[in-house]
Amino acid sequence: MSEDKMTIIVFSGELDKALAAFNLANTGASMGMEVTMFFTFWGLGVVKKGSLARGKKSFMQWMMNIMKRGGADHLKLSQMNMLGAGTGVMKSLMKKYRMPSVSESIALAKEQGVRFVVCTTSMTLMGLEEDDFIDDVDEFAGAATYLSLASDGKVNLFI
Amino acid sequence: MKADHTLDCIGLYCPMPIVKTARKIKELAPGEVLKVISDDTGIKSDMPAWAKKTGNEYLGLEEDEGEIKVYVKKPAG
Repeated sequence: MSEDKMTIIVFSGELDKALAAFNLANTGASMGMEVTMFFTFWGLGVVKKGSLARGKKSFMQWMMNIMKRGGADHLKLSQMNMLGAGTGVMKSLMKKYRMPSVSESIALAKEQGVRFVVCTTSMTLMGLEEDDFIDDVDEFAGAATYLSLASDGKVNLFI
Repeated sequence: MKADHTLDCIGLYCPMPIVKTARKIKELAPGEVLKVISDDTGIKSDMPAWAKKTGNEYLGLEEDEGEIKVYVKKPAG
């Protein structure tokens, strides 16, 4: 069995884009690939705990964390959110068709050995600390870590 | 076609049938055949692609009234 490597940069923090990323990560892992997801910028919201702003932050960072609360269960659609109504409809459709939610996709990814890396520069920018993230995160690192993985990767995606 | 094990994926959509197949195949003894039943038409392309990538043998499919049965064999030894 091959052990090809696959990397996904999760730059976006929206429900639809997170689902696309996890869908590919979980399929890749099922195909015997070694998958790493690198969460950066708005993607941090996907692996943040759902709690509101806490800890030491500047005023701007507080505002950003309140407006972009994050947490897998609080993500919004990138289009047709319509103040949350569109997202609500999408979530109920997903339930109807038994499609895994972002939280369930995260659990599935971890079960399959997908590695989660969080970008430390984005953390600094948004005033976030390691404790602000779910325990599923394996590593906090920067671009060199990503590129060293990606240079061995057969599939490298940016979502 | 005869199978040693069956995996029911009716009502599940991509990537779940593949994720479940990958999990199930680990339980099979070498040389055994798994039948996956799905109503997601994507499985027709996805299963051969998955099998090729993972070193399992895709044996073919049977289709009736929206139910697709795909067969994969775990390699012997």
